[in-house]
Amino acid sequence: MMRHLLSTAGVSRDEALLLLDTAEDMAAVSGREVKKLPTLRGRTVVNLFFEDSTRTRVSFEVAAKRLSADVINFSAKGSSVSKGESLKDTAQTLAAMGADGVVVRHQASGAPHTLATSGWIDAGVVNAGDGTHEHPTQALLDAFTIRRRLHGSASRGKGLDGVRVTIVGDVLHSRVARSNLWLLTTLGARVRFIAPATLLPFGIDGWPVDIGHDLDEAIDERPEVLMMLRIQSERMHAAYFPNEREYSRQWGLDDSRLSRLPATTMVMHPGPMNRGLEISAAAADSPASTILEQVANGVSVRMSVLYHLLATGEDA
Amino acid sequence: MAARTVLQAPDIQRAITRIAHEIVESNRGSSDLVLLGIPTRGVELAERLARTIERIDDTAPLVQRGALDVTMYRDDLARRPIRAPKPTDIPASGIDGKTVVLVDDVLMSGRTIRAALDAIGDIGRPRAVRLAVLVDRGHRELPIRPDFVGKNLPTARSERINVRLSDTDGVDEVAVEGGEA
Repeated sequence: MMRHLLSTAGVSRDEALLLLDTAEDMAAVSGREVKKLPTLRGRTVVNLFFEDSTRTRVSFEVAAKRLSADVINFSAKGSSVSKGESLKDTAQTLAAMGADGVVVRHQASGAPHTLATSGWIDAGVVNAGDGTHEHPTQALLDAFTIRRRLHGSASRGKGLDGVRVTIVGDVLHSRVARSNLWLLTTLGARVRFIAPATLLPFGIDGWPVDIGHDLDEAIDERPEVLMMLRIQSERMHAAYFPNEREYSRQWGLDDSRLSRLPATTMVMHPGPMNRGLEISAAAADSPASTILEQVANGVSVRMSVLYHLLATGEDA
Repeated sequence: MAARTVLQAPDIQRAITRIAHEIVESNRGSSDLVLLGIPTRGVELAERLARTIERIDDTAPLVQRGALDVTMYRDDLARRPIRAPKPTDIPASGIDGKTVVLVDDVLMSGRTIRAALDAIGDIGRPRAVRLAVLVDRGHRELPIRPDFVGKNLPTARSERINVRLSDTDGVDEVAVEGGEA
């Protein structure tokens, strides 16, 4: 098993299945009266968040605490980072405090990689979202959610072979779309991106993905999974589409599009949602929606990742 | 490496039948009994014990059984290559107030059982916990002793005990391997 989780691109099918199967066991713990395992007792996990986040940080915090690790939350606001401390100094400070694992979110793509390979700190690094690069645990929890909806309690050991996943919206800024593309493809799914041409990344031609621009056409293909991405206004420093109403009309999952989907299609969203923009309230709250399952599964998947990265002491 | 077979299929079946009788006897029947096997082969042993108990004690037709994975409770996680946990499956009626019989194939250091006791404590509060093993090979490192033993098998530390069971491995057999010749 790997020592860091920086990207889903290098994760093999066996490793991915191991992480997902372990998450199944972790999910069982969440249903018990004592929702805690002693596995990481005495280990320290630092949540190092340079970018705003509620659900991911809380999810990692709950995951680490359920494994009995000590958790230190460190956010850029109100810390020395806002006084101009560099990533290197922050990392060395955490190393001196004896962190065993660092969960890092950073606005710069590649920051977790730097942290893992620089030698500033000898801890397992989990990428919790870096710039527009990757968000591996989100992809794992999405794969876990899809697998559970498809196979229920018989999910263990199964991949996602032949499952058609259509990812819609702001692919350009989406680390979720990238991580999902690599992981879902590794697990055997067929991924499609549907987006306005302005919101597709440069150089996408070499990726193992079908590209389309028409959401209605994509819905008529009746995919098993429709994943709506958030419009990331905070990263949009140019006009990528005329206005929000125009975007919503062309690429939003509204009530009429929802009604055309087969009942078996699952509607996913990584959150936080812009209700009424990329997804209507009815779609978000419909039985097809997996959005709350995704949040619950996030804890199980992150427990699995922390276990595999941190439970072993020596290089195994 | 030479492997020496010490228990063959009929021996194993006889041991399971005897342990089943002993469990029913000490529990005064098979009510409020939960057999929890420790993966991998403890689960199959628990299943076979449960079926045998159902056969010999027809007053209570269904013996509760399940699987208890202890990977997350081990004290040697940091010293070994990482292990993938196996499923834990506790009967829906729970273990509170019941007599839990832990079932494993080989008892040696006792550390697995220590971990299992911790795991049980997080799941519920049984009236009593007992331990049944197919083979007790000695070399205890903790104050733990089995209540029901298939066979006591004194071994050298350097030897390996291989338990094979029909559902898991296609054959019933206990063999000793290795050690100084």
